[in-house]
Parts: sequence; structure tokens; C-alpha cells
Amino acid sequence: METILSLKNLHKKFGAAIHAVNDLSFDIKKGNVYGILGPNGSGKSTTLGIILNVVNKTSGSFNWYGGNLTTHQALKKVGAIIERPNFYPYMTATQNLALVCKIKRIPFTKIEEKLKAVNLYERRNSKFSTYSLGMKQRLAIASALLNDPEILILDEPTNGLDPQGIHEIRVLIKEIAQNGTTILLASHLLDEVEKVCSHVVVIREGVKLYSGTVDEMVASQGLFELKVDTDSEKLMELLTKFEGIASIKTEDDKIIATLNKSVSASEINNYLFHNGIVLSHLVKRKPSLEQQFLTLTNKN
Amino acid sequence: MVFIYFILLTSIALIAAIKFDIGPVKFHLADQGIFNFPYIWHFNTYIASILKFFLLLVIVSMMANEYSNKTLKQNLIDGLSKKEFVLSKFYTVVLLALVSTIFVFVVSLILGYSYSDFNEISIVTTDLEYLFAFFVKLVAFFSFGLFLGILVKRSAFAVGAMLVWAMVEGFAKGMLYWKFDTMVANVMQFFPLEAMSNLIKEPFTRLGAVKTVAKQVGEDLSKDFSVQPLDIVIVLVWTAIFVYASYVLLKKRDL
Repeated sequence: METILSLKNLHKKFGAAIHAVNDLSFDIKKGNVYGILGPNGSGKSTTLGIILNVVNKTSGSFNWYGGNLTTHQALKKVGAIIERPNFYPYMTATQNLALVCKIKRIPFTKIEEKLKAVNLYERRNSKFSTYSLGMKQRLAIASALLNDPEILILDEPTNGLDPQGIHEIRVLIKEIAQNGTTILLASHLLDEVEKVCSHVVVIREGVKLYSGTVDEMVASQGLFELKVDTDSEKLMELLTKFEGIASIKTEDDKIIATLNKSVSASEINNYLFHNGIVLSHLVKRKPSLEQQFLTLTNKN
Repeated sequence: MVFIYFILLTSIALIAAIKFDIGPVKFHLADQGIFNFPYIWHFNTYIASILKFFLLLVIVSMMANEYSNKTLKQNLIDGLSKKEFVLSKFYTVVLLALVSTIFVFVVSLILGYSYSDFNEISIVTTDLEYLFAFFVKLVAFFSFGLFLGILVKRSAFAVGAMLVWAMVEGFAKGMLYWKFDTMVANVMQFFPLEAMSNLIKEPFTRLGAVKTVAKQVGEDLSKDFSVQPLDIVIVLVWTAIFVYASYVLLKKRDL
């Protein structure tokens, strides 16, 4: 698979104290949907800023298309939406998009099509400053899709949008991903990443904690949630003796038993019943991306 | 802003209307020869270059808006290189300077043909180097503004920085005159604003009427009013420095 973007040992320091990006390396391959996950201030936006030519790296390297193109040439093939929509307020939607066409060296013919796609065609001759936030966001999407990009880069795309806007963006991301466009999505919203991404890079304080597929990240033998009305100490004791249970902890009034090999719910129920424990609650489930993420980012 | 600027440029023509009519003393400025070819080139470019501050505001706010609207960031993300960005702004500067020059040329031509005592082509076309000097001066001045706009990112502060620099030059000039007395002009001519103002020297003492008065009080005002090639070179070098410094600044900066 063709590598679109490759980061090697990237560092970014702001002054001496802040190490925003610390030895970050990962590859973006064509056709995948990547999520960059991390808490606020973890270096996601800085990383995107570096590859988008607006933030200077301190050391390390990155290259687009195997280094065959300079960064600004490569960016002509990229669509990016970062933070708020940025356009000239005194120019109309059409004029703003025409400028983007000039920069990306593409014909003006796409403008009409993309404006229609985001429902702004009727307002195409209104100045950008007269638009509502939702309309501005939609114009940003039209602008990012103007060149039918090979890779779409989104930084917190649903930030500050109303529920309808959030839903529209998610539908759009899924549609674009289905067309085979590579997507790089930075977010701290885990369900967002879990829903649309195939691969994930987790960073915290600029350090990469995990990179791989979403499936691998959430893959584990799962866990049991158990509850007993009477003798919970005996239950704990029995569980520790059971082969296949890695750890036990109490959470509220429930007992959480994490597995290290495949155990079915009926097996454990049978075992406990034979040892004189009748459960009032038993659920087997897989950990969510959120739990995995918290486990990863809380480690010190 | 640009509109006001061109209206003001046109208003040079209003000088023609200045008339004093106090009893026996009749004074009509246009009759004093200020609109005579080729002197009009010198006079009008000098007066018009005072108005360059209006376009400075345009240039500086253009840069400040690129920052505050974050369109600079967006343009870079869309695939513009920083070099192309600085060049595009420099082209705007050149365009504004060129349009101003053409405008001053046309206004002077009309005024000249209305009031000048000499209308022969050979006389009309002499001293056109003042227009070239005017153009070079504007390009340099606006490039300075462009650089300051990129440096401080706020239009008001950038204009302030320009004023502070003018004061710095004035202070340096004063100090040099105080300490050394001679050779000061040789040093001062290398300062950017001083070099720009040297391009077109004040035209008033060249005026026939002023000269006559000066001669009567025994003062010799004869000096070289022509555009000096060295001044042109110094100003062009400063222009190059400002544009290149803008690029370096932008390249080093995180947006």
C-alpha cells in the first residue's frame, strides 16, 4: 500500500519548557482512516500544524508521498479543515473558493458542484461575513473537498457544532471514507474515532503511546461484571482461584474480573453455582475504546 | 481607503485654486510657475508622496487582516508556499505604487497643460525621472510597511512602529549633527526613511519666486535637485532587504 505521509522522530519544542511533540513517528497509508487520539493539549494540533506547513518542527523529519513532493506541492492534493473556518470576510463564497482553486491550481468548474453539495449554492454570492457558524463550517468543507483530495485532514471537526452539525459531519466523513479517500482525524471524542476510524494513534504529552488498528487496540479477552446479594468476599476468593482471570477489582457494588484467556459466561456461572454462589448479575463485555484509551493515557 | 487616497491625489489640483486677493496684492499660486513643465513633475511627486501614508495604512491593515482572519494560515494549508505568499503581497505593493505613479502622471499632465507656460513636447518630457523616483520611493515605503505588518501583526502597532523608526532616524540625525557636524549627510543617506526622502528633494526653494526673495536677502539656495542614482540604489537595496526579511520572518514563525 502506498504511503502518503511518513513522520520520523518528529520533535517540537515551544521554548525550553514545553515539549509539544516528542519523538513522534508513524506512517499514513492510502485508503485507511486514521484517528489521532489524545487529551486536550497532547500535541495533536501541533502535529497537524507541522505536516500542514504552518508550524516549524524542531527536529526530525516528515515527508509527503515518499519525499517526491515538497510540502506545499503535496498540500495542493490535500484537503484540510482545522479549527474554525478561515476565509476572507469581505469576499463571497464563490470568490473565496476561486482563490483556493488558484492556489491549488485546479479549474473553477468544481466550485458550483461543491457549493451545491454543501447546500450553499443559493448563498454563493453573499459575503462570508454574513454566514452563520454552520454555514461557515460547510463552506470550509466545500473548500477542503474542492480538489477531490487524496487525503482529508480534520482537526476536531465537530468542535463547537450543534448536534445536527455534528451528525452531518460524521455522515460526511463516512461517505468520504467509503469512496476510498484517506482520512486523518484528530479528536478527543472517542466514540467519534471508534465509529469512523480503522487505525488509531494515541498520543499524550507529545509521546506516542499506541499506534495500530482500532480492533487491535480494543482486542482483549474481555471482562466480567458480577454481583452477588450476600457473600461478596467468598465470590472474590473463588474468582481468584479460577484459571483465566487476571485481576479482580470492585467498582461501586459490582465486581470486575478481567480475563486473560477466553472464558464463557456459562462456564463461570456454572463454576460459581457449584461452589455455592448464586449471582444476581453477570455480564460479559469487551472494553470500549474509551476504557482502553483511559488505561493508556493514565499510565505514568 | 484607496478611494480617499486617489481623491486626495486629485486634490493636488486644488492648489491651483489658491488665490490671495488682498487689495493691491494679488497672488495666484498657479501663476507662480508651480505647474510649469518640467517643474511640475518635481512639485507634484513631492506633494503626492506626502499622501503615501494613506496607502501605508492599506498595506499594513492588509497584512494585519491576514493574521486576524487567519487567512494566511488557511492559504498555507491550501498549498501556498511562504515564498509565494510574500511575493503576492509584494506584487500588490508594486501594483499600488504603479497605479499611484500613473495617476500622478495623468493629473500632472492635465494640470500642466492647463497652467504651464511651456507646452513643447521636449520640455514636457524632461525631468520624468521624478516619476520613476516616486515609484521607487513608494515601493520601498510600502515594502517597509509590509515588513512591519508581518513583524507586529497589528495595523495600529505597525504604523506606530513606523513612527518610532522615523523618530529613531531623527534622533540619530540630531546626535550625529551634534557630535560630528560634518559628513552627517553621508551617513544619514543610508538610513531607509532618509534615503527615501532624499529621492525627491523639497521643490520649494527651486521655485522662481522663492529664489528671487532669497536673492534679495542675500541667501544662495542653489543646490542639486535632481534624482541621484546612488539614492535610487540605496532605496532599492532597502526594498530588497524588507521583502527578504518579511520572508525570513514568516518562515521562522509558527502560525
